[in-house]
Amino acid sequence: MSEKGEHIVALTGAAKAYGAVRALAGVDIAVAPGECLGLVGHNGAGKSTLMNILAGTISSDSGAMEIHGAAVAGRYSVAAANQNGIRCVFQELSLCPNLTVAENAQIVHPSLKGIGWRKRAEALIVGKLDEIFPGHGVGGDDAVGDLSIGKRQMVEIARAFTVTDRPLHLVILDEPTSSLDAVTAGQLLRHIREAVAGGLSCILISHVLGEILDYADRIVVMKDGKVVAEKPATGFNRSSLVAAMGNVVQEARIEARLKAEKKRGETPVVVSAIPQKQPDGRALVAHKGEIIGLAGLASHGQTATLLEIYRAASKRQVRTQVDGPVALVAGDRQSDGIFHIWSIARNVGIRSLRSMVRYGLIDPSAERRMADEWRDRIKIKTPDMDDNILSLSGGNQQKALFARALGSDAAIVLMDDPMRGVDVGTKLEVYDLIRAEAERGRTFLWYTTEMDELNNCDHTYVFRSGRIVADLSRDELTEEKVLQSSFEETA
Amino acid sequence: MTAIAKSIFKQRWIWSYLGMIAVWLATVTFTGGKGGAEIITAALSFATFTVIVGIGQMFVITTGPGNVDLSIPATIALSGAVAMKLMGGDNSMLLIGIAASLACGLAVGLFNYMLIRILRIPPIIATLSSSFLVLSTAISYGRGLKVKPPQLLADFTTMQIMHVPVLAIFVVALAAFMAVVLNRTIYGRSVSAIGQNMRAAALAGINVERIRFRTYVMSAVLASICGFLLAGFSGGASLNMGEEYLLASIAVVVIGGTSVAGGQGNVAGIWGAAIFMFLLVTMLNTFGTSAGIRLIMTGLIIVAIITIAGGDKPQR
Repeated sequence: MSEKGEHIVALTGAAKAYGAVRALAGVDIAVAPGECLGLVGHNGAGKSTLMNILAGTISSDSGAMEIHGAAVAGRYSVAAANQNGIRCVFQELSLCPNLTVAENAQIVHPSLKGIGWRKRAEALIVGKLDEIFPGHGVGGDDAVGDLSIGKRQMVEIARAFTVTDRPLHLVILDEPTSSLDAVTAGQLLRHIREAVAGGLSCILISHVLGEILDYADRIVVMKDGKVVAEKPATGFNRSSLVAAMGNVVQEARIEARLKAEKKRGETPVVVSAIPQKQPDGRALVAHKGEIIGLAGLASHGQTATLLEIYRAASKRQVRTQVDGPVALVAGDRQSDGIFHIWSIARNVGIRSLRSMVRYGLIDPSAERRMADEWRDRIKIKTPDMDDNILSLSGGNQQKALFARALGSDAAIVLMDDPMRGVDVGTKLEVYDLIRAEAERGRTFLWYTTEMDELNNCDHTYVFRSGRIVADLSRDELTEEKVLQSSFEETA
Repeated sequence: MTAIAKSIFKQRWIWSYLGMIAVWLATVTFTGGKGGAEIITAALSFATFTVIVGIGQMFVITTGPGNVDLSIPATIALSGAVAMKLMGGDNSMLLIGIAASLACGLAVGLFNYMLIRILRIPPIIATLSSSFLVLSTAISYGRGLKVKPPQLLADFTTMQIMHVPVLAIFVVALAAFMAVVLNRTIYGRSVSAIGQNMRAAALAGINVERIRFRTYVMSAVLASICGFLLAGFSGGASLNMGEEYLLASIAVVVIGGTSVAGGQGNVAGIWGAAIFMFLLVTMLNTFGTSAGIRLIMTGLIIVAIITIAGGDKPQR
């Protein structure tokens, strides 16, 4: 650790509790200039809370904060953070959907005013997008609400790196790659290294341990609201990092599972879908009990195909046939999944109300039972399932959405890149759960941008520009093949 | 404070009842204890009608931002006029009158929903424009008529048992039933889900359009019931008898603790709010304030109640 006074920002003894949930239990953390600090830990370990404190969006219950070696006096706020050159890319995106990309850029740059501000804001944000994500395809006058979640994430990231009148010192990136595909994620990580070489500091939070190990200078591991390990990145490897987070690597188990091969097509077809833009009759086919992967770069028609299948379950469609009840696990949980007023229990139960009805009324004890059962099965971290859903960390909210779908009567479960912001340990547990459910005859259609997850699939369809361009059996599946198909046009 | 009291004060609807009691106490103190019971009887009688339409409005508002039914006054007028004219004061026509009144509500509800769904007009505009059409129909149909209600209906709507209006008892039962519908049925749960996030609701397997359809039809049917009873209560239908229920129906919903942003409805609060609104006007009348002051005071007190009750603390 560098000496006192050299820090961009230093927190000591930061603590924060949400009701009975202790999110932070006294954390010391400091960031030096020109350093990329990696931050890892389980869902609910307190990472996001810590970052929100640094960004000024929430205030800590106790603890001291120093910026550039000077103690922060009075109320620390978002404006103060901005004043001091601290920016944050939030896990729950913070762009205004009704404004354009350029207008969103202006919000953090009040100095862009007077005649022609729109032009200058556009030049600023598009210039930064070009710099970080060449070939991004985002226009300055696009309304943010019309962009896919991946593109919104790119705009949010680019915005955090833009500079006008005040110098920028620290950019905090909370799960920045979770909504990006492999290519754009790589572009971002390279940009981070360049920016850090130029003297900027970054805090990088990610569940993709490879990113942290390769791109961070120093790694801080958090668990249960405390810092449990802190070392230069070279001092960790994958398994020691996982161990520090409190997990034993279960790779052996995955291997064993993969060997249990199944013959394709022995069970009846339950889903057959021809994407809207498919020029030929090539269809995505799922047999009962299969796990089907939808791969390719982000937003190339995978989500659209899933939604088409979802609609086909209730209303007959020409290009898509579905046999059985369907449930969907949303990836964009804020806009597609969460009911923010409700408790966790109600959020979990909404898809299964029909099975809870007795004498025409919803039976509260049935709802309670389902909530408690799934809290245990999927390990939702909460003292009480009657607490509001937003009291959960992002990853735990995602688990609640999994519980909603897996606990329902659905024979077919659609998953729209559902592992965003979910930690390694949970992922492995959910993979197991999906495997077990598939063996019991459930069918899964799984859109994912992560190669690791495709390895869990029996068969994978690669999408490009709204079309299926390749289908790969498990034996044929390699990262090269997926990437190659994703880019065929340009290659 | 005990735990029970604490949990009661967390309920947003409690404030409408506290306001109701405070206003009543203020009035009775001013009159030196005279007329306290009579005021309550009158409040129950009049609040009954506001509650009927307030329940429908509450379900509509709970389906989410932008959803509101502005055609309630016109529906009240149409239903009252059609029913009274058909019955012509004849007791034996009572059932036909009820059927006609319900049919009016059903038709208006269907029409509203059609505008919203098929023509994709925002609900606030759709129900406002349909209310002009409905009111015009009522005017051309009931031109110059002042038909007395059948004696049976008039007796029923004004009947009291120990100074408690019978109608109020029925509407308390209706409110209790609707509270169960809101909190314990799939329909009620779906309304709340749609009000929070329509897209997520559709993706969670809720038939959003069916729920919205039912909600708008229910609101219109409740308005038509209100029109029928109101005509009986006030000795005949008049074309402007629904007027005051436009703002009253929305006010009682909001004061009663329902979230204007949608997703969170409340039935119990509607009763408290409706009585509160009536008592508030009574109090200001008793104090002998001028009309201008009365309106200002009404506005300020409503704002105060909503501010106290609606303390929507941001989560997280």
